[in-house]
Amino acid sequence: MTNLPSRVALLFATALAVSAGLAAEPFPSTYKVPVNPPVLVQGATVLTGTGERIEGADVLIANGRIEAVGRALKAPAGARVIDAQGRWVTPGFIDIHSHLGVYASPAVKGLDDGNEATSPVTANVWAEHSIWPQDPGLQTALEGGVTTLQILPGSANLIGGRSVVIKNVPAVTYQAMKFPAAAYGLKMACGENPKREYGEKNQTPATRMGNVAGYRQAFADAQDYQQQWDKYQRELTEYNKKKAEQGHAGTIATDKKAKGKDELTVPTPPKRDLKLETLAEVLRGNIRVHVHCYRSDEMATMLDIADEFGFKVAAFHHAVEAYKIADRLAQRGVCAAMWADWWGFKMEAFDGIQENLPMVDYPQSSCAVVHSDSEDGIQRLNQEAAKAMAHGARVGLIVPPERAIRWLTVNPAKSLGLDDRIGSLESGKAADLVIWNGNPFSVYALAEQVFIDGALIFDRANPPSRPRSDFLLGQPSEAAQL
Amino acid sequence: MRSLILNCALIGAALNAQCVLAQDFLIRGATVHTASSQGTLKNTDVLVRGGTIAAIGPAAGTPPGATVIDAKGRDLTPGLFGGLTNIGLEEISLESDTVDSTLNLKAPAWEQQWHPELDMTPAYNPRSTLIPVARIAGITWTMLSPDSGDSMVGGQGAAVTLDGRYDAVLPGSRSLFVAMGSSGAKNAGGTRAAEYMLLEQAIREARTQGPVGEGALLHAAGRETVARYLAGGRVFFQVDRAADILGVMAFAKRNGMKPVISGGSEAWVVAKQLAQAGVPVILDPIKDLPSDFDHLAASLDNAARLQRAGVRIAFSSGDAHNARVIRQLAGNAVAHGLSWDAALAAITANPADILGLGATRGRIAVGQVADLVLWSGDPLEVTTLADQVWIAGQSIEMRSRQTELRDRYVDKLKAHTAL
Repeated sequence: MTNLPSRVALLFATALAVSAGLAAEPFPSTYKVPVNPPVLVQGATVLTGTGERIEGADVLIANGRIEAVGRALKAPAGARVIDAQGRWVTPGFIDIHSHLGVYASPAVKGLDDGNEATSPVTANVWAEHSIWPQDPGLQTALEGGVTTLQILPGSANLIGGRSVVIKNVPAVTYQAMKFPAAAYGLKMACGENPKREYGEKNQTPATRMGNVAGYRQAFADAQDYQQQWDKYQRELTEYNKKKAEQGHAGTIATDKKAKGKDELTVPTPPKRDLKLETLAEVLRGNIRVHVHCYRSDEMATMLDIADEFGFKVAAFHHAVEAYKIADRLAQRGVCAAMWADWWGFKMEAFDGIQENLPMVDYPQSSCAVVHSDSEDGIQRLNQEAAKAMAHGARVGLIVPPERAIRWLTVNPAKSLGLDDRIGSLESGKAADLVIWNGNPFSVYALAEQVFIDGALIFDRANPPSRPRSDFLLGQPSEAAQL
Repeated sequence: MRSLILNCALIGAALNAQCVLAQDFLIRGATVHTASSQGTLKNTDVLVRGGTIAAIGPAAGTPPGATVIDAKGRDLTPGLFGGLTNIGLEEISLESDTVDSTLNLKAPAWEQQWHPELDMTPAYNPRSTLIPVARIAGITWTMLSPDSGDSMVGGQGAAVTLDGRYDAVLPGSRSLFVAMGSSGAKNAGGTRAAEYMLLEQAIREARTQGPVGEGALLHAAGRETVARYLAGGRVFFQVDRAADILGVMAFAKRNGMKPVISGGSEAWVVAKQLAQAGVPVILDPIKDLPSDFDHLAASLDNAARLQRAGVRIAFSSGDAHNARVIRQLAGNAVAHGLSWDAALAAITANPADILGLGATRGRIAVGQVADLVLWSGDPLEVTTLADQVWIAGQSIEMRSRQTELRDRYVDKLKAHTAL
């Protein structure tokens, strides 16, 4: 790009970036994989995330990546060796439904930044701009083995804005946590929340049919916007082509007559609309759609809307009734993110059952995910999975630990489009892993060490080394930690 | 015995068969967690006669006519406490027509009247869908706890048994609920100092004979109620900040009340004072975040530290629909330093003692009500499920609306996917 110094080239680059989500994106990640000596974790029970459970296995980490998983691996020179006999090792957990940072602790008005509940469609807002990196909940989540989070806007709106994927590393800016080159998500919400939020203000949507009309109009507007930009791009390409031809011709013939006749007009780009820009990116497949949707019938409606406008739903969140359409979700390749046992706090959660996860997991090529939506729940995603495993087993849906771990690791990674980089302990993937003091599907299990990109970020045995929010310094909580 | 027969009749025809069956039975060969000074008894029999525990011991013998349940070494505990909840007071939290847990007169703070005389128990619905959901998870009783609406005094609650009877209130458990701290302050004109000012006014009115005049905080019934609590009544103070805990302890002492701290996020900070005064704490042991400026010292060590200091603790999630997480709270407290026995006691014997019910429930001991749970494994483990629950010696049908939904869809799922 630097070899094309013209103004037009720069304009073209911007247009491309706008239209295709390529380079020159604003708010770039400043996260860098830290440099650390290799680490060899020895003799653990390893749940790889690929469906395997290996006893007495070693995990070798080098350059921030998983180098190898297997028995009797050799420690390279300078490697740190961790005796993990009797320990369990899992990939780092991924919570695709978190509001940490945007609904931070303490939950004061000054930090209430999760819902831009001023209009039913706010695709223009980005959750990352609300993240307070000092939320102490990030550290307690880390202590629960969570290494990657998708931070979402709240669910007051039909379309709440962009989510962002972050690494759970201590940082002063969110950019230093931002997962490099991860796709953005779009937060949408079905059902009661938007219609309550706006119905009470006597605005649309006040009903579920109002909700659907709202999504459809937003995407119809986005299609129009996309067409305007596509048209502009065609014109720009044409212009550049002609300009190049003319420039070439110009070196031969420079008479005034010819110049006047063929003068080229630089095409004018359409006015940028941040709301439609995000939705157009969804239509182009560059932003992944995450939909808060409790009821099975509303999930089916949303899949029809996705078909109408040609986008794909990555995951339904709070999918309390996913068990009613488990086969359909699997066929469509849509993940369902669930709690283990929440129910009844609102009408659309009335049919929650404790077998939801194992039932959604049951069909071929399913994608069941445990999510938290809670600063408490995120600290114990493993326990949520464990409860669901027990209830599944009672009705003959046996999910062994090596499969259940996928609900917390590779399946959420898949929903984020990051399963080629995180979510399982395979050679070449990021060294995000947790060493547990026992079977993680136990209430008594605690994470002893948490690695992100090969860096030891949390070490239970070494309290002073643990990340600690600026907010907690000098507070009475200090004593609790000593 | 008489009341048991009466209850069976009230529950209705569908369950009558169980009432008849449930009179006498022997649970053979269980690992009995007594939640008492007896600790855990291995390979032990428990005999239930007429709804109460009649004998405990190795090979207690089978009386004629008693059903025998072979526990095969499985764990047996007392029925669990559900916490301070709205079970039976609400169906769907966000549907206000289905929620009866809060008095909200929508009066501004300075025109409000308090209604300590409000008794939540008539609102209890023993046919609530929440009850079977909690019950098949081992929860046999709970404390109905009024929420504070627009008054810091929410009214009175009481413990109820969850066996489905209409006359479910457990005598002697009635308590007054007062929300203090920052949540109370919003109903006291914005400052927690006014909480004490209003409380003092209520007490003065309660002590006044005859009419109290214009602008009174209390009606006559309210004055009578407060007067009763001034004579050693149990008052739940919802507070979290250490300073507030000390504040309400001193206030309760001055006024002859028996305080219970509910919330108590920072209670460990003042554990010594709580222990010395014999003030119990009902807490959620997994609350570890500074969720507001009353919770700055929240810590996963809270339960273990309180226990070590000698404070009587019980657990509560406060969640009605998901009251069953109480076992998970207890398990997590163990993971963070509380002894297993103390954790079990915090969801069985301790809440019973705190609510004045310890003589009849909360433990597996001769003479106690036969509220029992037979578990598939370690009762505090998240992968363990209740295999069978008994309340007052009645075998509970292990079904709920949720298991009905499960069964309808799990069969469909298996059939469809197998094609």
